[in-house]
Amino acid sequence: MTIDRRDFLRLLGAGAGAGALYGCATPGGAPAVGSSKELMPKTGRRVVVVGGGYGGTIAAKYIRMMDKSIEVVLIERNDHFVSCPFSNLYIGGIIKDLTPLTIRYDKLVANHGVKFVQAEVTAVDPAAKTVVTSQGTLKYDRLILSPGIDFRLGEVKGYDAAAMEIMPHAWKAGPQTVLLRKQLEAMKDGGTVVMSAPLAPYRCPPGPYERASMISFYLKHHKPKSKLILLDANPDVASKGPLFKKGWKDNYASIFQYMPAKKVTEVNASSRSVLIEGIDEVKGDVVNVIPPQRAGHIAVAAGLVGDDKNWCPVNATTFESTKHKDIHVIGDACIAGAMPKSGYSANSEAKVCATNVVALMNGKEPVELSGINTCYSYITDKEAISVAGVYAVKDGKIIGVPNSGGVSPGDYSQAKTEAIYAESWLRNILTEMST
Amino acid sequence: MRMRWRGLTLATGAILFAAGAHAAPATPEMLANACAGCHGTYGGSAGPTMPSLANQSKTAIVEAMKKFKSGERLSSIMGRLAKGYSDAQIEALGGYFSAQKFHPTVQTVDKAKVARGASLQEANCSRCHLDDGKDGKDDTPVMASQWLPYLQMQMADYLSGKRKIPEKMEEKTKPMSREDLDALLHFYASVK
Ligand SMILES: Cc1cc2nc3c(=O)[nH]c(=O)nc-3n(C[C@H](O)[C@H](O)[C@H](O)COP(=O)(O)OP(=O)(O)OC[C@H]3O[C@@H](n4cnc5c(N)ncnc54)[C@H](O)[C@@H]3O)c2cc1C
Ligand code: HEC
Ligand code: HEC
Repeated sequence: MTIDRRDFLRLLGAGAGAGALYGCATPGGAPAVGSSKELMPKTGRRVVVVGGGYGGTIAAKYIRMMDKSIEVVLIERNDHFVSCPFSNLYIGGIIKDLTPLTIRYDKLVANHGVKFVQAEVTAVDPAAKTVVTSQGTLKYDRLILSPGIDFRLGEVKGYDAAAMEIMPHAWKAGPQTVLLRKQLEAMKDGGTVVMSAPLAPYRCPPGPYERASMISFYLKHHKPKSKLILLDANPDVASKGPLFKKGWKDNYASIFQYMPAKKVTEVNASSRSVLIEGIDEVKGDVVNVIPPQRAGHIAVAAGLVGDDKNWCPVNATTFESTKHKDIHVIGDACIAGAMPKSGYSANSEAKVCATNVVALMNGKEPVELSGINTCYSYITDKEAISVAGVYAVKDGKIIGVPNSGGVSPGDYSQAKTEAIYAESWLRNILTEMST
Repeated sequence: MRMRWRGLTLATGAILFAAGAHAAPATPEMLANACAGCHGTYGGSAGPTMPSLANQSKTAIVEAMKKFKSGERLSSIMGRLAKGYSDAQIEALGGYFSAQKFHPTVQTVDKAKVARGASLQEANCSRCHLDDGKDGKDDTPVMASQWLPYLQMQMADYLSGKRKIPEKMEEKTKPMSREDLDALLHFYASVK
């Protein structure tokens, strides 16, 4: 965040020189200003990919794997990416540092000839097929956005940038994740941890429940007199419900309290408390607020969100936006029918999108989607549960293939095996993204 | 039924697509790309407990998928996934991964065990696991350079009866000590 702001400040006064652009506002309200100089003049056919996370890296790489004659420019605000998957294990103290969750982009450049630009994308001009970044403008033939999520801060009164430093969300991995971990470590035994989860849809449906399990794991082994309360805006556990509940009952009955249908609408950073529906105040020694979410700012600013004002409607085969031509949206930011907002879905969607962007650019017929989602959640350090799904398109919508997919067996008979496979899941998916 | 027409479109190449959009049926590559998040790009795995599929015998993949689907072969997650594919799609997946380049893994193996395994494999395993495990005949999987932890998990499942062991293979493994079997796995994992 601080890096972005400094970049904006440096470029302030340079002038965007782009009146017709869909501008982007920073969370603070100040206009984000891009540089108007053209960064890399376009010579041949070019795809610009925004976002070097779960979706963007894969889209960039697979386009190059499928057609070396297409230039691919990947734009990402940071010089590295920290994975949200497995960041809950770090918060639970099972993983000691974030290095195994961190990737860089040098091998995508070396192995596939992806061009990497570290910059903030501040605006998109769909008519001129140009993106404006903090470093300059870039023209594209097709644009792929995989910007992940940003927060609907208007729905949690008082939860601003300063409050985040006191009550971290840790819903984008990195400094926020470290902050939450440090607070847990610093808390006295006998303290209370409060978590809040937003109404679905949000990034990673089982994520809040895995986090609750991992925080409970830490408290049980290091601060056993402490308590964790999860205030969930949802009427019930939004994913793998019976499995999570069994895990909590068997492991954390004396530590963890799950409270459904409790929507946090306001926070008070100075007293470290949250308010349920603006009335009931709950105080914690450590407070983890997971705010409601929507597509990353740039997708909103580019006019790509649908009637719900939050997520981007797309064609189920090509992931092309239904709002603007030649712009594709993948990952958490898009509405992918039955495919949940997960890293594995983003990976799978990216490949479908890449295949069809290449097909469209070569005047070929697009190929029907075949997708997979798999998501592991740890309950203890040695037990994990999973959800899996196979997806296809029917009547223009992404659906789960009937009679396939589902969750792990309810008796936890595979939980130890799955905890072992899950580690390889992470190794493979991060290797796919970074080599 | 959905599954049937998906299979049919793949087999006949007919285009049946709803809602005005034109799209060809999922190609083998489209199907296989979805597996690569777990099994690695082109099926070359980077995770020590996740099997590589690159260069695996087509029949071994097809048989494994069908057994996962029916539940005949125990799995933690593959059963749930395999149920999402028609027989024709499973054939296409097998064809795709078997055609990929051999994926040599970089892994630590015990030299003494590799040597012991090398001396045992000819008499005990090579009838089916041909050419130092590099060649997968029919439903016998390629084992050369496969991840050792994966092979060890599979051997443990065979020995405990969780995974049904082929009768003729059991005739060989039964009289052997656990140490010798483990040595054999070190050997196969080391083959480049
Ligand atoms: C705690 C937690 C646990 C999770 N666990 C799992 C799990 O086990 N399995 C799973 O499958 N999923 C999991 N997820 C979900 C997963 O992290 C997301 O679904 C996934 O990251 C989505 O990919 P994406 O490409 O849409 O966004 P991201 O991976 O977030 O990538 C977006 C990238 O775009 C960049 N960006 C955004 N806007 C701009 C801009 N304007 N200019 C330049 N760069 C920009 C960002 O910096 C970021 O690097 C978890 C999530 C959380 C929070
Ligand atoms: C969640 C990650 C995941 C995904 C996605 C996945 N697999 Fe697997 N695969 C596994 C695991 C784990 C095993 C070990 C068996 C088990 O416990 O499920 C396995 C085993 C296999 C095996 C047996 C290999 C051997 O030599 O014994 C085959 C074949 C296979 N998978 C094929 C596929 C295909 C084809 C796809 C895509 C349609 C796929 N897998 C998608 C995780 C995955
Ligand atoms: C008679 C033929 C035969 C012999 C002999 C044989 N195997 Fe096998 N092996 C097979 C077949 C067939 C499979 C796959 C069967 C299945 O689906 O489980 C297999 C599978 C395996 C696997 C699992 C690999 C994977 O990717 O899932 C291991 C490990 C293995 N064999 C080890 C050995 C060892 C070690 C020996 C020698 C002691 C041996 N086998 C001897 C036929 C044989």
